[in-house]
Amino acid sequence: MSASTPTEPSPAKDRGEPVIEVTDLVRKFGDRTVLDGINFKVYKGDTMIIMGGSGCGKSTLLRHINGALKPTSGSIKIFGEEITGKSEPELDAIRKRFGMNFQFGALLQSLTVGENIALPLREHSNIDSSIIDLVVKMKLELVGLTGFENLKPAEISGGMRKRVGLARAVALDPELLFSDEPTSGLDPVMTAVVDQLTMDLTKNLGMTAVVVSHDMTSCFRIGSQMIMLGTGPYQGKIVAQGTPEEIKNNPHPFLQQFIRGEADGPIPLKLSKDDYIKRLVG
Amino acid sequence: MFSLDECFRQIVRIGVQAIPMASLTAFSVGLTLAMQSARELGKMGAAAYVPDLVSLTLLRELGPMLIAVIVIGRSGSAVTAELGTMKVSEEIEALEVMAINPVRFLIVPRFIAMLIMLPALTIFGDYIGMFGAWLICNLSLDMSAATYIIHSVERATTWDLFTGIIKSFVFAWLIILIACDAGLNVVGGAEGVGQSTTKSVVNSLLAMLIANAIMTGLFFFIF
Repeated sequence: MSASTPTEPSPAKDRGEPVIEVTDLVRKFGDRTVLDGINFKVYKGDTMIIMGGSGCGKSTLLRHINGALKPTSGSIKIFGEEITGKSEPELDAIRKRFGMNFQFGALLQSLTVGENIALPLREHSNIDSSIIDLVVKMKLELVGLTGFENLKPAEISGGMRKRVGLARAVALDPELLFSDEPTSGLDPVMTAVVDQLTMDLTKNLGMTAVVVSHDMTSCFRIGSQMIMLGTGPYQGKIVAQGTPEEIKNNPHPFLQQFIRGEADGPIPLKLSKDDYIKRLVG
Repeated sequence: MFSLDECFRQIVRIGVQAIPMASLTAFSVGLTLAMQSARELGKMGAAAYVPDLVSLTLLRELGPMLIAVIVIGRSGSAVTAELGTMKVSEEIEALEVMAINPVRFLIVPRFIAMLIMLPALTIFGDYIGMFGAWLICNLSLDMSAATYIIHSVERATTWDLFTGIIKSFVFAWLIILIACDAGLNVVGGAEGVGQSTTKSVVNSLLAMLIANAIMTGLFFFIF
């Protein structure tokens, strides 16, 4: 990978049909191209990490894969089914097979923590109410929140809300889990717990996970495949993709600056002196 | 299928919790309407017709309109603000991604609650207003309760009550439609929620006033 072009994926070994297949995905908002020719595949049991700087389009990419947004062009296949042209009722059949953990939890404020986790179970299964209560307790224990089921989301901290969001995402034991920055704002111990949970789900239960993150420690801990989205001149493009080892060894300066968290480098955070003066005086 | 529990929860929030405010408004309007009409009709020696005037005015016009204004300001705005906040905090997107139809889950219970509670509040408000007018008639005009009721019932017909209920059904439909549409289409953060809530209240009031004029015209000319 290190000697190959940045956007070339590592060769797929004989792993069957991909769970997710994104081909030539382009998304424009007005004149601004946020995603520009994205290609990647995710196979069963993989933990695919989507990383990149703020505003590079990570969450937008995730919202396209879960069907919340429609692309300008390109193809997205989930479980072998093309989702870009599907209506909402058709998409719902696919959505029941995956769980989504939102960046800020996205819990329904009018429901308690327990009711939030029970919601997908009550809506999509005929499980008895007493069993649902039991499942809620189990899922809360998974994320270290035993006994919190009767509190409202407004009564718990932001980090706790994220963990409840994760518990809700896995309530139906989905085949596929999407997680949008699951560890941002969590303390190091809780980050490790959430990472361990993701690894348990993928390695022990065969779940496939797609995780958006810029927490490098967490990314390299849980990822089996990674893609890096670019900003500035690489806006909306995949700068690099491969296994964590391949990503670490990739010499692309953009990628190396991001992994090391260095202020100086090719990632355009500040205007150059000339551009700054030009913008000031017109 | 929508949740009956949620439907009852909305009935309480949209309707039951609006009872004190609707009662106070209807009572004060009945009271003032009786005072004003007692003075003017008294000059013509027609003070005995105060109950007739009050009951007809409340049943046909003021009852449905005033209660609708209260519900727009209190419940319609709350629906827009709640749905708008849910939109900006990704709660509605979360429902969609969980394959739960937000219209079925959020809108239908509110719609049903409004269609039940606005006409119910209107009928309730009509009688509270008439009670306020009776107080004036009794204390100021020495009119007995029996005389007041006979006068009210003689003049107002069941159709007068029905026209008010029909109006309140139409108002309920307009108010909840506008409130939900404004809430679901919020763009931006807290500022967007505020703007949509204002828009929802203004549009609901305008739609209600226009619909009231049209329906009064229909009842006046056709029926």
